[in-house]
Amino acid sequence: MTLATDARVAPVRAATFVPTSRRRRCTDGAARILVWASVAVALVPLAWILWTVTAKGLPAVASSTWFTNSLSGLSATTPGGGVYHAIIGTLLQGLVCSVIAIPLGISVAVYLVEYAGASRLGKVTTFMVDVLAGVPSIVAALFIYALWVVTFGFDRSGIAVALALVLLMVPMVVRSTEEMLRIVPTDLREAAFALGVPQWKTIAKVVLPTALPGIVTGTMLAIARVLGETAPLLILVGYAPFINFDLGSGEMGTLPGLIVDQMNNPGAVGADRMWGSALTLIGMVAILSIAATLLARRSTVRGGR
Amino acid sequence: MLRTPDSVRAREDFRHRDRGGAGAPGGPGPGGRFGRRGWTGPSTGRTGDRVLRATTKTAAVGVSAMVAAIGVFLAWRAVPALQRNEANFLTSHEWSTTDVAHLAFGIADLLALTVMVSVFALALAMPVSFGIAVFVTRYAPRRLAGPVAYVVDLLAAVPSVVYGLWGLLVLAPALEPVATWLNSTLGWLPLFAAGSGSVAGGGTVFTAGIVLALMIVPVITGVTREVFLQTPREHVEAALALGATRWEVVRTAVLPFGRSGFIGASMLGLGRALGETMALYMVLQTTSAAFGWSLFDSGASIASKIALGYAEFNNELQAGAYIAAGLVLFALTFVVGAGARMIAARGNGGRR
Repeated sequence: MTLATDARVAPVRAATFVPTSRRRRCTDGAARILVWASVAVALVPLAWILWTVTAKGLPAVASSTWFTNSLSGLSATTPGGGVYHAIIGTLLQGLVCSVIAIPLGISVAVYLVEYAGASRLGKVTTFMVDVLAGVPSIVAALFIYALWVVTFGFDRSGIAVALALVLLMVPMVVRSTEEMLRIVPTDLREAAFALGVPQWKTIAKVVLPTALPGIVTGTMLAIARVLGETAPLLILVGYAPFINFDLGSGEMGTLPGLIVDQMNNPGAVGADRMWGSALTLIGMVAILSIAATLLARRSTVRGGR
Repeated sequence: MLRTPDSVRAREDFRHRDRGGAGAPGGPGPGGRFGRRGWTGPSTGRTGDRVLRATTKTAAVGVSAMVAAIGVFLAWRAVPALQRNEANFLTSHEWSTTDVAHLAFGIADLLALTVMVSVFALALAMPVSFGIAVFVTRYAPRRLAGPVAYVVDLLAAVPSVVYGLWGLLVLAPALEPVATWLNSTLGWLPLFAAGSGSVAGGGTVFTAGIVLALMIVPVITGVTREVFLQTPREHVEAALALGATRWEVVRTAVLPFGRSGFIGASMLGLGRALGETMALYMVLQTTSAAFGWSLFDSGASIASKIALGYAEFNNELQAGAYIAAGLVLFALTFVVGAGARMIAARGNGGRR
C-alpha cells in the first residue's frame, strides 16, 4: 500500500524530461478506467444483494414474533410465526462443530509452527490441510453420509451435519491460527526458554496468549462461514418447522434449510419467510464478522503487512 | 521435531535448518533460529512436553487420516452401485436411479456442465479479480485501498444459499435483456445458441455462471493481492525511473512477478467453482434434454445433482450412484487444487 504513493508521484517527473507519447498516455488512461470499472463490477452486485435481502427481508424480521416463535403448526400460507427454531438449530450445529473443530485446528497449527520444522509430517500435513480446504461441502456431506449413516448406521441428524461442518472448518482454523502463531516474535519464545520455562508451558502461557486475539478472530470468521453452509443440510438432516434441541436424532430446522424449504412455497408468506431468513442469516454472519474485526484491531501482535 | 532422543535424527534436523532457513518471509520464523534441537530445549523429556507434542502430532496425523478417509469411504460406498450400473458411468448421459434393480447412471452431461459453468465463471472472474488486485495494490488512494479490499472479502462472507436466492429471483430477470440480445445477435455461435433452458426465464448456465463468478472473485482477488503486494520495490522503482506510466509499471514489474501467483489463485477459484453446490442447485433448471455446450442450456452440475438427489438417499445403492459422482468431484477438485499449489510454489521458488 505504501508503494501506491510512489507510483502517484513518478509519471509526472518523467514527463518533465520526455513527454509521454499519446499512445502510451491513452493506454494508461484506458487501463485506469478498466481497473476502476472492475472494482465497480464487483461492488455493485454486493450492494445489490445486500439491498435486496434487506428490503425484502425486513418486513418479516420486523414482526414481533420473528425471533420468539417457530413455524410449528403454521401452514404454508398462514402468516406469522418466526424462525426461533431455525436459529436454535443453526447455532447448535455451529456450536458442536466448533467444539470439535477449534481444538483440533489449533492443535494442528501448533504442531505445524512449534514442532514440525522441516519434517516430512509437517509438509504432508500442510498439503493435506490444503486438500481439505478444497473439498466441496457436498463431498464432505457425502463422506459423512457414507461413514456416519451407511457404515455406522446412525440416523440423519444435526450431529451428522456438525461433523460435516468440522471437515470444512478445520482447514480454516488451521490456516488462520498458523498465520498468527508465525508472527509471534521468536524472541518471546527464546526469552521464555532462557528463563528455563519448558516448551509446552512456553506455548501454553506465552505463544498462544500472545496470538489469542488473532486466533479468536480467525475462528469467528470460520464459524460465520460454516453457519451459512447449506449443502450438508440437504443430505444429512431433514428440515423441521418446529423446535428440536436434540442433535442426536430427528429433523432439525436451520436458517439455510428454512430458505430452501420456503423456496417451494410460492406464496407471499413463503417469500417473506425466505427473505427474512436470508436477512437473519446474513445478520448473524455480519455480527460474527464485525465482532471478529473489532477484536483483530485490539490484537497485540501485528502482521508484517 | 525431535521425536526420539536420537542423535542421528537431531543432526538431520539440524542440517535441514541450516539449509532451509525454514522461516517465514519476514525472517527466521519460529523454529528457524530457535530449532527444537534436542540439546537446546530446556524441556525435552518432561511429561508436559511429551503430552503436548504427542497431542498436536496426533491432530496433525488426524487431518491426513480425514482426507484419506474421505477418498476411501466414498470409493468403498460407490463400488457396489458402480458394479450394478447398466450404463457407462463416464460416457452415459442418463441418470435413472429410482429403480434399484436397473441402475443406469452416467456423469457425461453433469461433468460437461460442471466444467462449462466453472470455466465460464472463471473467464468472467479472472479479469475482474486482476483489476481489483491491481487497484488495491497500485491504483487506489491509500484511504480507499483497505476498505475496498475489505468489502471485496465481504463477497465471500455472503452465504451461498443467499447467492442462489438472489441469482434466481433478482439477477435472472434483470439479465433477461442481455441474454436475449446475446442469443439473437450471436446466436449463430454454438456458445450463444438457444439451448435446453429458456433464454428469457434464466435458470441457465449463463445466469449460474455469473453468480458463480461473483462467488469466486474474492478467492482469486485475496491471493492475487498478497502476491502483487510482494512485488520487489526495486523493480517498480526501476520502471518508474525509466518513465513508465502507472499501467506500464503493472505490465513490466508487477505482472511478470505476480503472474504465476495470479494463475495459481485462479485455479484455486476454479476449484471452488467446480464444487459449489447451492447456487447452482437453486439457479439451474433441471431438464432431461442433453447438454449441448450452450450458455443457455439448463441441467445440473455434479454437485447440484447430488444435492437434488437427497430424497433418494434411502437406499444404499441409490446413494451409491451419487457417491460415485461425488468421488469424481473430489478427484476433480483435488487435481485442480494440486495444480494451483504447484503453480504457486513454482512462482515463489523460482524467484530470486
